[in-house]
Amino acid sequence: MWLLYLPLLIPALAGLTARPLAALLEPRQATWLLTISAVALATCSSVALALLAAYAAARVPDLAALFDYSQRIVRRADPISLPAGALAGIALVAAAIAVAILFRSRARALAASYRRAARLHGDDDVVVVPGTGIEAYALPGRPGRIVVSGELLDRLGADRRAALIAHEQAHLSGRHHLFVAAARLAAAANPMLIPVARSVEYTVERWADEYAAAVTGSRGLVAETIGQVALLASARPARLPSMSLGVVTSTARRVSLALAGPVPRRVAALLTTPPRRRIAVLAACLALVAVAGIAALDTAGDLHALLEVAQAGQ
Amino acid sequence: MQEPGRVHGEESAPGPVRRAAGALEAEILGIVRGASEALSPGEVRERIAAGQQPDLSYSTVVTIISRLHDKGLLTRQRSGRGFIYTAVDEASVAASRMSSALGSGIDHDAVLSRFVSGLSGRDARLLRELLAEARDPGGTGDSAAAAGKPAERD
Repeated sequence: MWLLYLPLLIPALAGLTARPLAALLEPRQATWLLTISAVALATCSSVALALLAAYAAARVPDLAALFDYSQRIVRRADPISLPAGALAGIALVAAAIAVAILFRSRARALAASYRRAARLHGDDDVVVVPGTGIEAYALPGRPGRIVVSGELLDRLGADRRAALIAHEQAHLSGRHHLFVAAARLAAAANPMLIPVARSVEYTVERWADEYAAAVTGSRGLVAETIGQVALLASARPARLPSMSLGVVTSTARRVSLALAGPVPRRVAALLTTPPRRRIAVLAACLALVAVAGIAALDTAGDLHALLEVAQAGQ
Repeated sequence: MQEPGRVHGEESAPGPVRRAAGALEAEILGIVRGASEALSPGEVRERIAAGQQPDLSYSTVVTIISRLHDKGLLTRQRSGRGFIYTAVDEASVAASRMSSALGSGIDHDAVLSRFVSGLSGRDARLLRELLAEARDPGGTGDSAAAAGKPAERD
């Protein structure tokens, strides 16, 4: 019976290891692994909750009469207390509601994005929004668009523009918004997976960064571009980064990257050696996810067997 | 950003009659649109003067031009110490109106992949450090600081 708690414990482990994994693995691999794991674990934990609730429900006399099974046998074999089962049922309903609400809002946002992308004139992938503001984002659609503010383009040199556009193109061609949406939905079903969803948001950025580095041929260039745009966007009216660079360094103490936000971590990752594919880590993670799945299935089999016995015993 | 207050102060001199800001904007936009090349604020002011308008102060012209720039009707590029301006074509203005509405209806977190997310003060500091180190590998960072601001080292 303890097997039933594995699908509830493994997501907690996933939540704890998501951020180190996102930093360690090659971004594309990390994105796939984390997204698949999140969805699979959310499914497993939901199944586990459903089973807990079902064990408890099997004790309800009316159901026993309705489905014609021996309540005595169920009660004797049943290791799940009634309050635990009720709690699981409530958690399951809450998860279903959270997923439905998020799914609706995501679907609407995506539809709105497709409409807007279609309405933007021209066949160009890149739409320049005139006016001030440091803004650059990818707008999923058919075709997807890259929206960049004129001011930002003005401030970037040709090679940095290329890096920026390549990064956004990677988001569109890789359909990164779908990975993020899937991971977020999983986290809505099981809040222990929230760190995993956050990590997916980070790894798709890293994926796009590495793509831009491959296109432009320079990881350093992409790092500098991210740095310039981030500093421009965060401090308006902005000083030119070339002027501010290095000025703070002498007094600032080395801040740990471990607690830093995504932008410095992306830049730091680009400034070190490219990440390698790590098949062993990948396999270990997927094995753990599989354990959660097997545990859920096994318990479902147990419940089924128990009910069959109870039915025969009637 | 220029404060309107400053403009009022300079215009309170008895000479020029204050006109509606909208009329001035339209006039300046017309001048920039009609020009064959990018104009500096000084050149715009000369052309207004040539059109027999009473003299406007330089800062008034700059204020109106930057207002037009803020509205997305003019684009600018750096030229020497200042900026020169060109008019944005009508189609792009229409696109910009539409695009400025982009932010309102869409849940940004939901679908948009921003190039950079927000930066805390600490992240900004860390970022500058990382970039300085990348440019000056082996350096302690002090040399970069010295090169950046020699005056303050004395």
